[in-house]
Parts: sequence; structure tokens; C-alpha cells
Amino acid sequence: MARTFTPKVVTANALLEGDAVWLAEDDTWTRDIREAELLTDEAHAELRLLEAQSRRDEIAGAYLADAKATEDGPAPTHFREEFRTRGPSNYAHGKQVEL
Amino acid sequence: MYTYTDFDEAFVRTRVAQFRAQVERRIDGSLTEDEFKPLRLMNGLYLQLHAYMLRVAVPYGTLNPAQMRQLAYIADRWDKGYGHFTTRQNIQYNWPKLQDVPDMLDALADVGMHAIQTSGNTIRNVTADHFAGAAADEIEDPRAIAELLRQWSTDHPEFQFLPRKFKIAVTGAAHDRAVTKAHDIGLRMVRNDAGEPGFEVIVGGGLGRTPMVGKVLRAFLPKADLLPYCEAIVSVYNLLGRRDNKYKARIKITVHENGLEKMQELVEARFADIRADFKGHDQALLAEIEAAFAPPAFVTKSTDGYEAARLANPAFRSWSDTNLSAHKADGYAIVSISIKKHGATPGDATSDQMRVMADLAEQYGHGELRISHEQNVILPHVHKSDLPAVYAALREADLATANIGLASDIIACPGMDYCALATARSIPIAQEIATRFDELKIEHEIGQLKIKISGCINACGHHHVGHIGILGLDRAGVENYQITLGGDGTETTTIGERAGPGFSADEIVPAIERLVTGYLSLRQDADETFLQAYRRLGMEPFKAILYPREDKANAA
Repeated sequence: MARTFTPKVVTANALLEGDAVWLAEDDTWTRDIREAELLTDEAHAELRLLEAQSRRDEIAGAYLADAKATEDGPAPTHFREEFRTRGPSNYAHGKQVEL
Repeated sequence: MYTYTDFDEAFVRTRVAQFRAQVERRIDGSLTEDEFKPLRLMNGLYLQLHAYMLRVAVPYGTLNPAQMRQLAYIADRWDKGYGHFTTRQNIQYNWPKLQDVPDMLDALADVGMHAIQTSGNTIRNVTADHFAGAAADEIEDPRAIAELLRQWSTDHPEFQFLPRKFKIAVTGAAHDRAVTKAHDIGLRMVRNDAGEPGFEVIVGGGLGRTPMVGKVLRAFLPKADLLPYCEAIVSVYNLLGRRDNKYKARIKITVHENGLEKMQELVEARFADIRADFKGHDQALLAEIEAAFAPPAFVTKSTDGYEAARLANPAFRSWSDTNLSAHKADGYAIVSISIKKHGATPGDATSDQMRVMADLAEQYGHGELRISHEQNVILPHVHKSDLPAVYAALREADLATANIGLASDIIACPGMDYCALATARSIPIAQEIATRFDELKIEHEIGQLKIKISGCINACGHHHVGHIGILGLDRAGVENYQITLGGDGTETTTIGERAGPGFSADEIVPAIERLVTGYLSLRQDADETFLQAYRRLGMEPFKAILYPREDKANAA
């Protein structure tokens, strides 16, 4: 039996700042995961990842990360991805204060 | 201290210029990330969870005040006003922007520093006893040898693409403060029967996924043979080490798979081949380096003021009880500055704190600072009469925590708060444990205790050699913490034993508290340390404390 595809977002690190960015439907990179495109179809997700990876002067290390739909938009499901939306826990640095 | 020659300066500047051009080509898209990654890693630049990270080498943990001030300047100008001292005596900046990194490297070159070979499959920063040149139990200052190894290994053409990274540690003292048995090569200075200093050469130690205690490859190596012998080891490893599997590529696996005897045979044969090529230039260079590491001009003055201050000020007395170590010169002490204030991030110093420490080193410390692998800063040469003033200045800067060697002097890797490889967070666990022991006010009663936390199996937090080791893992999408007990990173290196199932993030701090308070009732007397009690009693009573319900279930 084929495994079921769980929804994904395309994410990467911004080339200059190195922080987490997500691919939005309009092909822009957003720093807010809630504005990302939630990918529910596997073939489409792979295609979007390929497109993302080709944008090499904007980002580094694009990959597909698990996400879920919420009222506010896509949200991470794993704690690592959640930390990427927020920043470190020892200082008020990163997205938790920048967004 | 060693200062850069024109050759060193030109080499480092050239590398910065090269890297500047590589960064430009990356930013304009002419280099892909795959092409750029090995180039940035060669220059110490990682891409982490929230930002780039620049790892700057602090060779054998030694800094002068100008260098420390420059580290503070870099933190202010291009980062967020602080730096993180690591378990390999380096400093990491967590927030550099890609386009700024060449300027940061130039600023480092201004004070004779660099980030070369702080990553990649090369010989990394050579680490040393952080009390080198000051310790009362030392045969010789090992830093001259460490500097010789640094020069030899930097850009060594044969060793730029090793099977895996390669770490060397050196100590000149009987008591091993440099974790030499957990390094690819560990060098312990010893004397032969004729009383001449040389090295016990240890090979194949390492922590990580497959922890191994290093084995003695050569019981006594004359000092003059050190470079050709190390070259022979790395050369044999370069050919013999596995390149098919990253997890089996470190020399510890090479030694394990081939056996110590075969390694000895191959290394001795290679050594015999290349020894004659070392015609003495290395020894001439070593003599120059040794001169640069001549001890400072120690002074003789009264220590009455120190004794009086100890009597008058209980806080100073407590600090001087825990944070001072025996110095080889009369009237002097080695000061360990705790970068582990209760509740703070282990190893993080603000730029202001760096400047205070630089000033103190300049005014009271013969211009020397050290970074310890335990993530503290050392003033190796302070006259006891100056200690009250040093303490007062440290207090002002929030650097006077009296906890060296105690439960809250925790080693912790950056963990998943920063590191892309981490499987769980380390820093908050360290913060909570330290805060808890501070609330309980029992850490002085507990005495010597080394708690070490890693946020993944790679073991940057040295958890295997912690008396209590904590390893953070991802168990089905939840942070989970495994405890190991009985580890030891000194001359009696021991890999800790896993106590049992892991604990959740909420359970781990109470588990550690239970374990430590339980030890207090198990120990024979106040002099028996946690490690000694564990060695006497074994795992069982500690396991019973950690897993009380399970214990009852088993008994029923």
C-alpha cells in the first residue's frame, strides 16, 4: 500500500541572512510560515521543490517540511520546524521578535 | 605568546581575499550552494537553523587581551553582541550575515586570528590544557607543540581531504584537563627513564555515535619526533580510513577495525619512511615558538591582602574556594571565570564581559586569557594579592559565579536552539538544571560533579564523559533525554553507561535532581564525589532512584 502523503511546505534558508523562509503560492519567499503555500499533492510538491531549488541566488538548502492546515494558514508539525518559525529559546532573537 | 610572522599574516589575508571573492560569486548566483558549501566550511562558516554561524579558532584556547577585545568588537559590529565559547576552545557567532563574513575574517586577521579548518574533513583546531603554562602539575607548557602542530596542519596539502575530521589535543600535565583520550590523537607529555620529556601518543579516541577511549600507540615518543610521527599517523589514516560510510570514517573506527597492532606497524613503517625528510627545520621552528611561550615575569609580593579579604568577605572566600587552581609560581593562582551564571546559556559571554575579561588579563593577568573546553574563561596568571580586585571587577560584570566544577558548571552544546544537526535542545535543560540547583542551594554540598549535555548523538557536549551525561534525542517527534552515568574525561577516561529509558523535557530536570539528592544519601561521607560513589556502588542504586516506579513493579 502506498504511504499517504502528508501536507508539506517548501522551506529553505535565505541566502544572505541564513534564516528560515517558506515558498508562497506567488513564488515569493516569506518569513512567515502562515503565508506559505501548503502542498497537499505529492507531484505538485516535488515540482515546487524543484522550482525552489533552482533559485540559487536567493536561498540555500530547500526541502519539503511537514505542515498542517490551520485557520491562520500552514503550521509546522514537528518541533524542529516550529523552532525555525520562532528562533532560539534562550534569547529573544530571531523571528519571535522580528516578525 | 606566539605572534603571527609575515608569512602567517600573508597566508591568512590571502585566504580572506579568496573567500571574499567566493562569497561574491555565491551571492551573484555563479556558485551553487553545493559548490559553495565546501568553500565556506573550509573557512568556518556553517548554515544553521536560524542563521549562518561562524566558528573562529582559538588556537589551543589561548587569547591575548587585544584578541579578546576584537572578538567583542566583531560581536557588536556584525553579530548580536555576544559570542559562544565551545567545547573545543573555539568561539562561535550565531548571527552573521553572509555578505559580512569576509569583513569579520579580515577583522580577525587584524589580531592574528582566523576560522580556517574549524570545519571540514581536515585537522581541526589543536586544543590544549587550559591551564597550560600555569599548572603546578605540568612538565612543560604544551602550547609550543600545539602551535607547531597548528602551523604544520594548516593547509597541509596531504590532509585537506581526510576521510573525516581530525582532532588533536595536547597536555603537558599529569592530570588530563584536555580530554586527550577522546581525541583522534591525544598527546600527553611524559618523561622517559632518563628524565627527558616526550609524549605518550594516544590514538583513536572519540565520542559521537561510537564512543571510544583512545589507545596508546606509542608509550614514549621523543619530542623531536613529534611532527614526523603525527604526519605518519594522519598519513596512514588518510589511506586506510573508510570513505564509504561517514559514520565509520573516523580514525577510532580505523583503529578498531584494523586493530592497534596493525596501526602500530603501519605508522612505524611510514614514520621510518618520512623521518629523514624532517631535517631539523621543524626543531628550529619549535625552538623559536618555545621562546615565544616563555613564562611571564612573575613577581614576588605579599599575599596578606588576599588572606585578609578571604576572612572579611564570605562571598569572595566562596569564590576563591571554587574558582581558583594551584599555580606553579609562588603567590599566584589560576582564575577560572565561570561563564555559567545560574540560568544563563553555558559558554555565552557578552561583548561587555569580553572587554572586562580582556582588561583584567591586561591589568592583573600578564596579558593572557584561555578558553576552556568546559566553556569557561581562564586568567592563568593572577597574583593572589590582586584577586580581591579581580573578583570585584568580575562581580560588576556578572562574572563572579562561584561554581567551577560544581553541578551548575554544565557543558552544553548549542543543541536545537541553533544547530542544524541537533535532535533536541540542550541549552534550556542546562539553564533549568543550574537554576534548580541554585534554588536548592545544595551544589556546594554536592561537591565535584560534571554534568554534560549534548543535543544529538555527535556528542559536542561530551555527554559520554560526564559524571552525569544527558543526550537529547527526537523520539517520535518529541524531545527525549537519555541519561548516562559514570563517565569521566580525565586521565581515567571512561564512557558513561546508559541508565535506562529516556525522560521527556518536563521530566529530565526532576530526574537529575532526584539522582543528585539520592547520591547525597548514598555517599559514604562528604568527601566521596558522585563519580566515586558511582564507581563504588555501580549502576543499580542510581537506577533505582531514577526509575522508582519501575523498581516497585519489579519487586512486586
